Amino acid sequence: MAHEHTADHDHAHHGEHDHHGPAHGWRRWVFATNHKDIGTMYLIFACTMFFIGGLMAMIIRAELFQPGLQLVEPQFFNSMTTMHALVMIFGAVMPAWTGLANWMIPMQVGAPDMALPRLNNFSFWILPFAFTLLLATLFVPGGSPAGGWTLYPPLSLQAGDAFPMAIFAIHLMGASSILGSINVVVTIMNMRAPGVGLLNMPLFCWSWLITAYLLIATMPVLAGAVTMLLTDHFFGTTFFSASGGGDPVMFQHIFWFFGHPEVYILILPAFGIISEIVPTFSRKPLFGYDAMVYATAAIAFLSFIVWAHHMFTVGMPLAGQLFFTLSTMMISIPTGVKVFNWTATMWKGSLTFETPMLFALSFLFLFTIGGFSGLMLAVVPADFQYHDTYFVVAHFHYVLVPGAVFAIMAGVYYWLPKWTGRMYDEKLGKLHFWLSTIFVNVLFFPQHFLGLAGMPRRIPDYSTQFADWNMVSSIGAFGFGLSQLLFPYIIWKCVKGGQKATSEVWEGARGLEWQLTSPPPYHSWTEPPSPEVVARGVQH
Amino acid sequence: MSDAPAKPDDNKRLTLKLLGFALGSFAFGFALVPLYDVLCDLTGFGNQKLLAEQRLTTETPDDSRSITIDFIAELPSVGNWTFRPMVGSMKVHPGRLYETEFLAHNLTGSVQIAQAVPNIAPGRAAGYFRKTECFCFTPQKFGVDEQRPMPVRFVVDPAIPRSVDRITLSYTFYDESTRVGSLN
Repeated sequence: MAHEHTADHDHAHHGEHDHHGPAHGWRRWVFATNHKDIGTMYLIFACTMFFIGGLMAMIIRAELFQPGLQLVEPQFFNSMTTMHALVMIFGAVMPAWTGLANWMIPMQVGAPDMALPRLNNFSFWILPFAFTLLLATLFVPGGSPAGGWTLYPPLSLQAGDAFPMAIFAIHLMGASSILGSINVVVTIMNMRAPGVGLLNMPLFCWSWLITAYLLIATMPVLAGAVTMLLTDHFFGTTFFSASGGGDPVMFQHIFWFFGHPEVYILILPAFGIISEIVPTFSRKPLFGYDAMVYATAAIAFLSFIVWAHHMFTVGMPLAGQLFFTLSTMMISIPTGVKVFNWTATMWKGSLTFETPMLFALSFLFLFTIGGFSGLMLAVVPADFQYHDTYFVVAHFHYVLVPGAVFAIMAGVYYWLPKWTGRMYDEKLGKLHFWLSTIFVNVLFFPQHFLGLAGMPRRIPDYSTQFADWNMVSSIGAFGFGLSQLLFPYIIWKCVKGGQKATSEVWEGARGLEWQLTSPPPYHSWTEPPSPEVVARGVQH
Repeated sequence: MSDAPAKPDDNKRLTLKLLGFALGSFAFGFALVPLYDVLCDLTGFGNQKLLAEQRLTTETPDDSRSITIDFIAELPSVGNWTFRPMVGSMKVHPGRLYETEFLAHNLTGSVQIAQAVPNIAPGRAAGYFRKTECFCFTPQKFGVDEQRPMPVRFVVDPAIPRSVDRITLSYTFYDESTRVGSLN
């Protein structure tokens, strides 16, 4: 997010020929190999996609403001729900996590940069091409994909020219995140400074390490599934077509084998960030560090054996229903460990409520609500009622918006003074927080009621009995969307002229990144941190 | 690793390992296709072997029970056909052999090969519904504007749970030549 970085002052006198300083103009960005530059580009990209995806959400909520068809064609409405999901998941949340990983992991493990800087450049620059391809489908004959982001055949196969474009875009996004993940794993495994052990590195690194493994294990499975769709459509295979002995239900199994770990890919780094922020503003070390690590690993493991809870209604043997219900409910155990550990961290701490902490607290409450509605959905007989209703929409938006997105915002506010060397406007930050938290609940809470009353998802029109809560939800959506405009403004204002920040920035901050100057030198730790610095910086 | 700075070789080795892991995951995605069939066999869902074995057993008719069979004919969006059952439903006694016909009419204006794919609902009845002869066993060739009735013979196993009193047999008629033709 920062537009200017000061070069490492130790190297400044080397002048133009110094290969450690940033290149000038566009070359600095196109040929970027520096983890901070690439991290910045990832974050700007994610923020752009957040607003594009947000605009699509506004179109959806505007159409649903009243019953009846007012603004858009039903086909275009379905395109919006499909594209909104693809853009937000693969364009906003995942690149934001990779951007934060790029910025923070080398600084937190005491490394000068990411392990594979050129690969890093490649994995970022794939993304603009992938999303140009995806967004270009809005302008091709037949319109963009409208069969839902889950791409279930045979419906998804009926898209027009958009179909192969969307498939290739997904291939590219997958390649980008696999390469980004490989970089994260190699950096964490090989680049840790002496004294930074696996069991005392910051939890953000831990949660990202596990996320990276999830990505490497599951993104290729998605690539395989969409490749099968492609060959079914163009090359006469019948993986998902009953006419040749295939089965459309098999796509759902393969998709959700990717899809469920994917939801943890979106949320595990959030757990890492909350585990950094809560101790800082409680001025206490994190309660139960080891338990947090094991809980994260347990969630990652369980995420592989729960996929069929997304498809209870397509039919499966009773034993399968029982297995997937119980394994799904089991996830609440390690997640509960995390929630209680965060709460215990705050217990008897000296709490202050700066913007990052406010977002983290909001995460704690609202993510837990999303977790509870997830538990309700895990119960097979109940799921038969909730399936494909607005209750599901409310559930996953609670875990993704006040969950993943709030954690990203908390992380940005937390580290922005470190990145830029300047403080953001605390008053505006708090205003952004309150508007976001109030409107996100106005937006999504009524959707629980709509779903329980039976309103189906992915429809542009609805029965008049649902009118009132839809209007409330749409008002919340417009409020939430508008208040997000504050976010880039606050960042811009901070970069342009915030107050100077100290190295430590926050009184209770621990972690190696706070031992560097604010802003940090262009290459983070050109010399590995000394044992004293490490002792001050590590978790325990 | 944390006690010595890593050499570039270590990075390369780990990168290659992780790339291999990603390739393995890609292969695993495709391995899920045969695994899916294995799981279906194990759980008895669409278990073709079991159905074939049951086809050979003889049974005694149970005239005390009667079950309603509904027939449904469906066309996917491709092609221009009419396809419908000759009778909408019939009452049958378990253990007795029945025959009915489905009528198809090729209106596409060209010679076509089509394949009917059956589906039986509810799923728990599927194991007890046996077709001794069916037009769905082989692809059906139709000339221009040709129409003909196609027979299906079936027996409902008397061992079918008593709670089942209605079975739906539906056929989806896939225009094979159109699908294969999309190659060109």
